[in-house]
Amino acid sequence: MTQPWIEGRFEENVITTTVEQAVNWARQSSVWPMTFGLACCAIEMMATGASRYDIDRFGAGAFRASPRQADLMIVAGTVTYKMASRVRRLYNQMPDPKFVIAMGACTVGGGPYFKWGYHVVKGVDLVVPVDVYVPGCPPRPESLLEGLMRIQDKIKGHRIAKRAAAGGSGRAFQQGIKVDDELPVPHHSGYVEAPADQTPLTSHQKITG
Amino acid sequence: MTVRPEVTVALESRFRDIKVSEFRGRTRVVVEAAQLLDVMTSLRETHGFDLLVDVTCVDYLNYRDAANRFGLVYLLANATSAERLTVRAFVDDPDPTVASLVPLWEGANWMEREVWDMFGIQFEGHPDMRRILLPDEFTAHPLRKDYPLQGRGERHNFPVLARGEG
Repeated sequence: MTQPWIEGRFEENVITTTVEQAVNWARQSSVWPMTFGLACCAIEMMATGASRYDIDRFGAGAFRASPRQADLMIVAGTVTYKMASRVRRLYNQMPDPKFVIAMGACTVGGGPYFKWGYHVVKGVDLVVPVDVYVPGCPPRPESLLEGLMRIQDKIKGHRIAKRAAAGGSGRAFQQGIKVDDELPVPHHSGYVEAPADQTPLTSHQKITG
Repeated sequence: MTVRPEVTVALESRFRDIKVSEFRGRTRVVVEAAQLLDVMTSLRETHGFDLLVDVTCVDYLNYRDAANRFGLVYLLANATSAERLTVRAFVDDPDPTVASLVPLWEGANWMEREVWDMFGIQFEGHPDMRRILLPDEFTAHPLRKDYPLQGRGERHNFPVLARGEG
């Protein structure tokens, strides 16, 4: 009569799982992308979000207007040198765990500007670490959905427990140490670095997380 | 629409070294770079050209029969009479400088910044002469004909960022 409602609910239907699997399942089913489009690929990204292709089927339909609430950055479009530091700043503002899809030929490797462009970053992986590359000019919505599924596969493999005595590359990430946010910005004459003892050359060069 | 003849006659009588030509109903006026601000002031104040449609530039490096290197193009319009006028002014290499038209048309501000960014033309009297499209650290003016077509900023010059094991 005064029993809690949950009492006896799972008598015959007990589900057993690991915390890791449950958390990964929850994460991969609610990947929230950032509302962030740079060029024509963004049109195709919007088509992916619309009803015909419906990215919501994968739980990734909540395009957040703030990087603080986003898990996935779909870099959709040509990244210019001037935009590179902004892209990096947006990436730094996203909470961990975060993922990046390089969508389209321009972000994969410079695209049509690969050889002759004086203003285009030759691949967004010079600016932020990329998880999945989706080629195409622009990629079909199906390709972007495929890229999203590869992100979900990647999340599925995540380990929550710290690996004992993990050395080498991923250490800072695993121990929760914030990696250095300051990143020199790629430039047509090489990376541009502000001198350590001086203020940066220009205000946008200073990248803070 | 073709410019009324009294406008071009008035310009020719007031300014000495001015060349007026017409092609397929479009009027073009070539002025000395030093006279540009006076001509533009007269066009705006007395002849009613109240709209600066565009400011752009052409680099005539190695162009046949070209006397000057840079040719500035100003497109004007009269919003009441629908007249349209092209004004050209030529500047040369060591110090390509021309008067800014921001005092006459506020809209010239960003257009002149773009011409400075792409061609390196200095606009005297411009309130905010910064690059507009390219990053501030950029050292060249890429729409000049002597800007190298390749060899700068190719992908293999940069280290790729990879994500650590996570």
